[in-house]
Amino acid sequence: MHAPGFRVAHSTRSSRFGMAGFALLVLALATAPFWAERSDLRLFAEIFTYVALASLWNLLAGYAGLVSVGQQAYVGLGAYILFGLAIFAGVNPVWTIPVAGLVSAIVAIPVAFLIFRLRGHYFAIGTWVVAEVFRLLAAQIGPLGGGSGISLPVSTVTAIAETRQMREFLIYWIALALLVAILGLIVMLLRSRYGLALTAIRDNETAALSNGVNVIRTKLVVYVITAAGTAMIGALIFLQKLRVSPDTAFSVNEWTAFVIFIVVIGGVGRLEGPIVGTIVFFLLRETLADLGAMYLLMLGVVAIAVMLKAPKGIWGYLAERFGWELFPLARRVEQRKD
Amino acid sequence: MPEPLLEIRMLDAFYGDFQALFGISLAIPEDSVVSFVGANGAGKSTLLKSIAGLMPGRRDAIVFRGEEIGDKPAYEVAKRGIALVPEGRRLFPSLSVEENLMIGGQLGREGPWSLARVYELFPFLFERRHTPATALSGGQQQMCAIGRALMSNPRLLMCDEISLGLAPIVVRDIYARLPQIASAGITLIIVEQDVAQALKAADRVYCLQEGRIVLQGKAGEVTREAVSAAYFGV
Amino acid sequence: MEWINTIVQGILIGGLYAMFAAGLSLIFGVMRLVNIAHGDLIVLAAYVALVVVETLGINPLMSLLLVVPVMAVIGYVLQRTILNRTLGDDLLPPLLVTFGLSVIIQNALLELFTADSRKLNAGPIETASIEILPGVSLGILPLAQFVMAVVVIALMQMVFYRTGMGRAFRATSDDQPVAQLMGLDNRHIFGLAMALSLAIVAIAGVLLAVRANFDPSIGPARLIFGFEAVIIGGLGSMWGTLAGGVILGVSQAIGAKIDPGWQLLAGHLVFLFILAVRPQGLFPKVQ
Repeated sequence: MHAPGFRVAHSTRSSRFGMAGFALLVLALATAPFWAERSDLRLFAEIFTYVALASLWNLLAGYAGLVSVGQQAYVGLGAYILFGLAIFAGVNPVWTIPVAGLVSAIVAIPVAFLIFRLRGHYFAIGTWVVAEVFRLLAAQIGPLGGGSGISLPVSTVTAIAETRQMREFLIYWIALALLVAILGLIVMLLRSRYGLALTAIRDNETAALSNGVNVIRTKLVVYVITAAGTAMIGALIFLQKLRVSPDTAFSVNEWTAFVIFIVVIGGVGRLEGPIVGTIVFFLLRETLADLGAMYLLMLGVVAIAVMLKAPKGIWGYLAERFGWELFPLARRVEQRKD
Repeated sequence: MPEPLLEIRMLDAFYGDFQALFGISLAIPEDSVVSFVGANGAGKSTLLKSIAGLMPGRRDAIVFRGEEIGDKPAYEVAKRGIALVPEGRRLFPSLSVEENLMIGGQLGREGPWSLARVYELFPFLFERRHTPATALSGGQQQMCAIGRALMSNPRLLMCDEISLGLAPIVVRDIYARLPQIASAGITLIIVEQDVAQALKAADRVYCLQEGRIVLQGKAGEVTREAVSAAYFGV
Repeated sequence: MEWINTIVQGILIGGLYAMFAAGLSLIFGVMRLVNIAHGDLIVLAAYVALVVVETLGINPLMSLLLVVPVMAVIGYVLQRTILNRTLGDDLLPPLLVTFGLSVIIQNALLELFTADSRKLNAGPIETASIEILPGVSLGILPLAQFVMAVVVIALMQMVFYRTGMGRAFRATSDDQPVAQLMGLDNRHIFGLAMALSLAIVAIAGVLLAVRANFDPSIGPARLIFGFEAVIIGGLGSMWGTLAGGVILGVSQAIGAKIDPGWQLLAGHLVFLFILAVRPQGLFPKVQ
């Protein structure tokens, strides 16, 4: 393993502060149902889902170099699995969430087999095609409402929890738990050998390959994990909405455009980026959303401006300037203290 | 004393934080043949790239025919009559032999060199003119690359390591044609690791070591021993 | 007989798809950029034609004389001001910037023209047709569009392989620094390539506007059709792209005949099938 006398350390002073602060924040958020308004709870849950989606997209694009504009495929897949199981197998919707993750992971494997044949930009469009195929297939499923979609039946809704308040609390906690789990999984992945492999791939794929990194397998692992996570979030999102349709479940705008915007603004390739980006995104949304199409247009302009002027995003700029780090992902060789 | 064709004044060159050239200064008169020799990494190619405009630099560090061109991009430098035969030939793989030559001439500068004249100098190029350029042998590619540079009718032709990777007989063949090129009113800069060849072909020799000029003189006056000593820093 | 008719219609629309693809693969060939806003630019061209037709009262096909140069200029300016800054080894900037462009164009068109479906009227040529076999008739307009697609592709081949500009494109795409040594300003070369691409986009946009209803949101689908045509046909081959477009068109037509809801799906499934069994495409250019 490690040569005697040395070990690999991950924390920095900055990340120790950051982690402590983060833990406190999670604790505070966990108690939110007891002090926050209903509408705030819904907003928080939405924020959690976007941070999770953005973090997963960031893992895929910023670390594995797989830029996908088709992750809505798995958002919708997760949603439809939830509705399908809940309506036809009478499964409690809450339990369908992990199932959605598992099934999507399995589906992601043949999909990866297909689209990994494409490189770079063409890969991106390929992911979009896959999402379109999923959407069109979903619209063909008559029992799930075909093109117009379907709502969750009342009996299923009450199976989640008896009162509306309990349901909302439960969904909120699931959202928070899923976010923390996904972030934790990403951190663990990046600290592991796979993480090292990913950094190598990101820096120079050919060099990584010639140094024995199994590039294809690493990318596959990341793609499948991202698909599973995205699907679980998708299931949760539509559990909260109580209604699904092909166009909403597989919406490019909501599940890809906004996510990309968040990651770009916050900073690609750094774990903290999606968090910062989501905050900025929601601030903008609260102030500008009445503008309709202009709002989306401005998002596009801001994204382009950031990409050209500050390609590492807000967090990227701060991290380079001040050396800040929230998550313990650095790697330093230290003397063993024994 | 007529104005030198090319003047280098305190030229520095950097690759990121790494400094490759330290205050190089020299003057090259028109119609001469000058050779830069030195070991790998001495800075010879960097010097040529700087002159050609491929490296960022100070405006007044390079003066060509009285004009300061140190900060001009490569396509501007090429327009003024400086041509570079890059290290490793670097012919365009998507183009045939003739197309490579034609693109060399697409600046449309006036002068004695044309497709016909290049084919005269290198007859076999005419035979293989429709072949993809990279299908030629190493020596043939080198001649094609020289032809491509000549097509722009340069005043200054710079050749970077044209002997690299070629058999000695092929190298001699190429060098045998250089006088024809030089006599047509082109000033030549030859970068070489092969010192003997360089001393034979050039009027004046500069030896570089770790980014600095450590020896210079007329080719006839400088001995091989002195050059070897300077080359290796003994 | 009906099936022959279906296949013929599929072939004809395949020409249009090939034109969607031609601009896309030109840019990829020259600067390794895939323009995600490509489909939206086709729609933009359609709206530019709309404005020209409504202000000048001319036939949409005549509007090409204005739309093509307008789009070409837009392409040159777009490349030199924004897209040139994204080129480099990193994938993300060009992809994200063109994605952002796609969002901007769609929403700008939405603001200016609303989401209403529009269509341009080319006059009696739209309904004219000739019967080549009993039960199989060729619309004059679709036929003309197919012929135009073939002509455009042939012209592109000629420009690429027989002209100085084409040589410059190929050299710059091969080796940028050495191309600069030849006196080629690659910022300008890339601008020209994008101008050429958008000129083709302009033609495709006008033909689209005359053929079917259009609205600001249909851009991405056009991008996908163009992309699928390129992949099916094989990278680097213009005539392959035509074949790819035709195969896609025919697949969609057959799918639609089986069930209208299957039209798009049939095309996508054929694309995925080709990707699975012959990823290099049917007629790839061996470099």
